[in-house]
Amino acid sequence: MARRRSVGDLSYIAIIGLLAAIALIVLVGPILIVLATSFTDSRSIRFPPQGFSFRWYELLLDEVRSRQIHRAAGNTLQVAAIAASLATLLGTMAALAVARGAGRVGRLADAFFMSPLVLPGLAFGLAALVYFTLLELRPSLELLVIGHFIVITPFILRTVGASLSQLDPALLEASRSLGAGRFRTFRRVTLPLIWPGIAAGAFLAFMASVDNVPVSLFLSSARTDMLPIRMWGMMESTLDVRVAAVSGLLILFAFILMLVMERLTGLTRRMRG
Amino acid sequence: MRSAWGLAAPLGLAYAAFFVAPLLMLFVVSFYADEGMTRFGTEQWQRFLFDAFHWKVIGDTLLLGVKTMLATILLGLPLALVYREASPFWQRVLLFIVVMPLLTSVVVRTFAWIVILGREGVVNQLVLGLGLAAEPLRLLQTELGLVISLTQIEMPLLLLPVLSVMARIDPNLIDASASLGAGRWRTLVRVILPLAAPGIAAGCVLVFASSTTAFISQSVIGGGRLVYLPAMIWQQTMVAAHWPFAATAAIALLVSVSAVIAVIAYAGRIAAGRVEMPAHG
Repeated sequence: MARRRSVGDLSYIAIIGLLAAIALIVLVGPILIVLATSFTDSRSIRFPPQGFSFRWYELLLDEVRSRQIHRAAGNTLQVAAIAASLATLLGTMAALAVARGAGRVGRLADAFFMSPLVLPGLAFGLAALVYFTLLELRPSLELLVIGHFIVITPFILRTVGASLSQLDPALLEASRSLGAGRFRTFRRVTLPLIWPGIAAGAFLAFMASVDNVPVSLFLSSARTDMLPIRMWGMMESTLDVRVAAVSGLLILFAFILMLVMERLTGLTRRMRG
Repeated sequence: MRSAWGLAAPLGLAYAAFFVAPLLMLFVVSFYADEGMTRFGTEQWQRFLFDAFHWKVIGDTLLLGVKTMLATILLGLPLALVYREASPFWQRVLLFIVVMPLLTSVVVRTFAWIVILGREGVVNQLVLGLGLAAEPLRLLQTELGLVISLTQIEMPLLLLPVLSVMARIDPNLIDASASLGAGRWRTLVRVILPLAAPGIAAGCVLVFASSTTAFISQSVIGGGRLVYLPAMIWQQTMVAAHWPFAATAAIALLVSVSAVIAVIAYAGRIAAGRVEMPAHG
């Protein structure tokens, strides 16, 4: 009996270990492959890359020949910064209300505010296009900000909500019984304790906006081009090798920001929840 | 209490104006009878629902989501089991590896799979180099290639909630199961999986929602021959400029995806309920 069980345990270790190893390779491999490909010296995208050069990065950074990409990147960063700021402000306020509102109403409000996360983004993108057009608004960065704001707010609610649920109510009572008003208690007690949650949420919201496709797909135009949409165009047509260079920069950008946020806020543990 | 809800008012109003209102408008537009949106009628809904092709597209879209979900579970769950047993240091490393792809643009991850699955891609070079096939395999523009790509693209969404529940499982329960004579497979099925069920269900919902609406991955890797609802919605909106029909297709996507999500969430609750049954000695 004991022996048969140990055979079973060995098979568990072998099978689970193998599948987990494959999962790791599948998760990380593609990112490393894109990074390596971006340094190719050839005109075609192949792995392993032929030769080593920075020529595609040089072309990408060339202000004249890559003007459209630069404009798309500028639009993307601008929209993400404004949308994430708005989402952080309104999302944090709402999270405070949801955390205090107990019971059924609180849960319903929470589910409502979180719903853009699971709703098919494409349906909302089309809905926003139809709505804004029928209101006779023309495509603009402002409309993109509004659309992105809706789909990224759940990230703030989640991280701030998690921080608030770990807040010890005794601290708030202590502050109030010592004569501090509501606002003062918030500023001196609540805020310092939940700010890592706010910062992590703001970062995730910003990254989600930079990455957004479903809303930008419908709300961007030639004048208000967004980076993911432009990259899609570059991949569909001639498979421009600059896509690899843009990808390389985006990976580097995400990696550095992630290290910084990990230091400041313990980001990855917050994302795990 | 009253003042607390006041804090939620700005976001509530923003959602009402820019989230609920557009979705209601989408619903209204789907009941325009004609392309020019001059009169109301159910023509678009009849056109959509009485055509077997559209049902096939819905089925293919939902099936793509289910296949992606199962593939992410097959690879992601073992990784989560290893994570549960890892030391705090390795847990941090694994978590970083899981989060990193999530913060790398979806378009970048899609692009990576073109490099890997293409005619001269990594997979074909390996297969041809090892003499496993005489001709390059066709992986791009197939459903298999798309599911493989989406598995990587969506796996972090499954893993985050699953790692969260795994970290909270009391190790004493695992030890108790082992000391009562259960092997590791039995412990997995009878103890770990029921405890992890809420996290798995939450992750499945995110993977399913994301992969069924992943327009760029579907169109770049799947190509023009594989038609899913997102491509149809985009095509009807931007190319055919037929908004009422596009709105109908978008609501079909919304309703069918939400229905499957509800089923997944329900299944998760049932699976979690099993933990209340007495453990067998």
